[in-house]
Amino acid sequence: MSGDVLEIANGVAVAAYVVAALLFILSLAGLSKHETARRGNTFGIVGMAIALAATGWLVVAGLWGQPQSTLGLALLGGAVVVGATIGLWRARVVEMTGMPQLIALFHSFVGLAAVLVGWNGALADTHLAPELVGIHDGEVAIGIFIGAVTFTGSIVAFLKLSARISSKPLMLPGKNALNLGALVVFAGLTAWYVIAPSVGILVAITVLALALGWHLVASIGGGDMPVVVSMLNSYSGWAAAAAGFLLNNDLLIVTGALVGSSGAYLSYIMCKAMNRSFISVIAGGFGIEAPKGGDEETGEHREIDAGAAADMLLNASSVVITPGYGMAVAQAQYPVADLVARLRARGIEVRFGIHPVAGRLPGHMNVLLAEAKVPYDIVLEMDEINDDFASTSVVLVIGANDTVNPAAAEDPGSPIAGMPVLRVWEADNVIVFKRSMASGYAGVANPLFWRDNTQMLFGDAKERVEDIVRELT
Amino acid sequence: MSRIGIVAERAGETRVAATPDTVTKIRSLGYEVVVERGAGAASSFPDDSYAAQGAQLVDRATAWAADVVLKVVAPTDDEIALLARGSTLVALLSPAQRPELLEALRSRGVTALAMDAVPRISRAQSLDVLSSMANISGYRAVVEAANEFGRFFTGQITAAGKVPPAKVLVAGVGVAGLSAIGTAASLGAIVRATDPRPEVADQVKSVGGEYLPVEVAEQMVSTDGYAKATSEEYDKRAAEIYSEQARDVDIIITTAAIPGRPAPRLLTAADVASMKPGSVIVDLAAASGGNVEGTVAGERVVTSNGVVILGYTDLAGRLPGQASQLYSTNVFNLLKLVTPAKDGALTLDFEDVVQRSITVTRDGETTWPPPPVTVSAAPPTASATPAEPIAPRPGLSNRKKTALVVAGIVALFAVCAFAPPPLPQHFLVLTLSVVVGFYVIGHVAHALHTPLMSVTNAISGIIVVGALVQIVAPSVLVQVLAAVAVLLASINIFGGFAVTRRMLGMFSRGGTK
Repeated sequence: MSGDVLEIANGVAVAAYVVAALLFILSLAGLSKHETARRGNTFGIVGMAIALAATGWLVVAGLWGQPQSTLGLALLGGAVVVGATIGLWRARVVEMTGMPQLIALFHSFVGLAAVLVGWNGALADTHLAPELVGIHDGEVAIGIFIGAVTFTGSIVAFLKLSARISSKPLMLPGKNALNLGALVVFAGLTAWYVIAPSVGILVAITVLALALGWHLVASIGGGDMPVVVSMLNSYSGWAAAAAGFLLNNDLLIVTGALVGSSGAYLSYIMCKAMNRSFISVIAGGFGIEAPKGGDEETGEHREIDAGAAADMLLNASSVVITPGYGMAVAQAQYPVADLVARLRARGIEVRFGIHPVAGRLPGHMNVLLAEAKVPYDIVLEMDEINDDFASTSVVLVIGANDTVNPAAAEDPGSPIAGMPVLRVWEADNVIVFKRSMASGYAGVANPLFWRDNTQMLFGDAKERVEDIVRELT
Repeated sequence: MSRIGIVAERAGETRVAATPDTVTKIRSLGYEVVVERGAGAASSFPDDSYAAQGAQLVDRATAWAADVVLKVVAPTDDEIALLARGSTLVALLSPAQRPELLEALRSRGVTALAMDAVPRISRAQSLDVLSSMANISGYRAVVEAANEFGRFFTGQITAAGKVPPAKVLVAGVGVAGLSAIGTAASLGAIVRATDPRPEVADQVKSVGGEYLPVEVAEQMVSTDGYAKATSEEYDKRAAEIYSEQARDVDIIITTAAIPGRPAPRLLTAADVASMKPGSVIVDLAAASGGNVEGTVAGERVVTSNGVVILGYTDLAGRLPGQASQLYSTNVFNLLKLVTPAKDGALTLDFEDVVQRSITVTRDGETTWPPPPVTVSAAPPTASATPAEPIAPRPGLSNRKKTALVVAGIVALFAVCAFAPPPLPQHFLVLTLSVVVGFYVIGHVAHALHTPLMSVTNAISGIIVVGALVQIVAPSVLVQVLAAVAVLLASINIFGGFAVTRRMLGMFSRGGTK
């Protein structure tokens, strides 16, 4: 009786997996456009529900009448309920500025889950054909390795993004050799484990991978976190795919590969936006470029107060706002949105120019502005707006620094040379909101600040924008 | 803590070296401020307004005896006698033209800072008085011309007939020239401009004027930000242009001045005579001899054919409030530069090219002229080649790409040939999924990167399927580990989808607002 049910359940599960995989593809495709984004999310939820229901039935059918059924079912139900509660709670209370940390933390969960699944694969009795045992062991090792790297890497990214540890890149001597060495040792351990499986080797692999993940992300500076988060997203996908190989489960492979390749592609887009080598990012060799050209060019900057800035805005015909991480830190998106609404009510054209790597997460600025109800059709990408700066009256640079640095375009000796930047300096006037004259994450001096058409508005971005709004009323 | 004295100017000078606003800022640098009674009266800053900002009102002798004296125009010998030995004077001193003044200040033991000797480099712009005053002069020149000119500036078509727009020629496109062009253009006039430096053509266009080039072989590139004297051939061609233009235009504003030398003669008496009656000439260079034959410094002259020549030398002072405000801001920026510690102690740093340039006497020595400063107003000819465009990072060469693809295919064949089932099928699924992943994500809008990432993050919680399958294993340890994995993955799935939903709900289009 139970055998029949199991067979039916298996058949249904295969069909369900096909449907779920298709829904996941539709989900990702839908997320590419504003119009279809919400539908895309719904597709994802439905796909996940189908996959879970089918697997759940399979599990229940398999457990029926077995001695471990009570414990298994209790654990299953308890884990899902607790997990769902925690997840929904975090999702509801998270600040939009804290989004990067949350996503990094979620990545670490996938990584840890993949490690546990891998260990289970090793511990559980598998009854495999003898020629498959070696392959199975290899898959266990690879799965644990990817999962562990994702786990600690995401934890470090989370700690850096939430400012619990310094975001400065860790500079161990011979870091590239360390990374490569870890890979070689891993390959050796895997081979050993395939030949002579033992728990000790598996522990060694796990520890090695945990250390590697930690080191990879620790050696990347905070300014490059958007790429790192996207890269970890990709790793978490590969971890799922590796688990699919291990468990002989096509849905895991399909979904893992989807997430892995889309995350990798996203990282690649961002690397191009910063003119960085993709390889050096995924290998964690990102922060190694020391600032060169010792003689720092400096200059005199001019200050402006909120009243004068308000006057300038009122006399402007078009205004472009280029926000950066500073806007997120100061939680300035609401007063900025208020300012935009007031200026637009007076017939002044206001738009946003978003650099691909502004913020600590790809698209971070867009989310913050959307939260503050800034209409998304005035929020433009760098390529869309870069040619319009020359005909812009006033540019407000709010908490951005490296993404508006003219040195990237004009000084071939600059450490950020060649990185495409927002050409704000072509506008008639530039007002830079900044806390002090310190340099940005890249640690590069910004000659924008002492250009003739630049004025500095020092202080907390939120308070200064609020001051301007008060002047306008 | 040093005391700063703001003294009254002589009769006829309407400006004042510091406004009440500036007094507050100067006090924030740690100085004590005293103001001579009546100093700001001509600029409409009553004594009370200074007192309200914390300045002490004092008599003439006390103000002059301060440690640092702020003034607009250069002091007379009587006034120099009032200065304390070892004190510092900040004013417009024309150091190149007035060696006797420098000598008097030197022998008095005064450190003199000439506000009109600021080098034209970008970071010194905030203290460049010549620019800020020239800006006002250019504006006022147009206003004076409009006052004398018996017609509209702008063209109009009215029921009573058509009014042609006025034609204005601006000679010399410095700060004053640009300001004049902009002002005249905004009044609706047709504005033309001449200047020996062809690189100003774009600037002229940007403020609404038309640049008349003088076509000769020679090209002038300025290395110090100011115009220089021109060659003979150039002058001949330029004179022709001025003669042609004089017959055509209604208003001529000349701003050509060469630092330390008499102003170049641009318009001859014959040119002036060829102008239409009622035309107006404003000669901003009148103080240094005038660009126009017949200009009298400080006077309004009407020629026999009815052309008005204005040689006013106090154009900036005719907007006293504005001029004082800009001048005092320049002075404050200077004080900020020489008071790095904000402790009310003025310290000169001769390593700084700006401070070196403006200091004309110090400790009983004349320090004028300073070593030359090359500025970036135009790039020096040697380094005129623009920075090469930075090439984007090169991708892999075609041959390497082909090699990689071939290697990949060979590896796949090898794996599929030797690996037992179900591995080959898994590779097929993996490869196809990778390709699909690349394609579906290919055109993602940048704004959606974060929601996309959180949705892929939720989807990668699919690892829960693996954990669910393992929870049936007949080992308690495996069951517990699997349960932990299920818990973690569940957080991911529910949290990821919920937060994506929340984010997407916030994106709204402008049209609906």
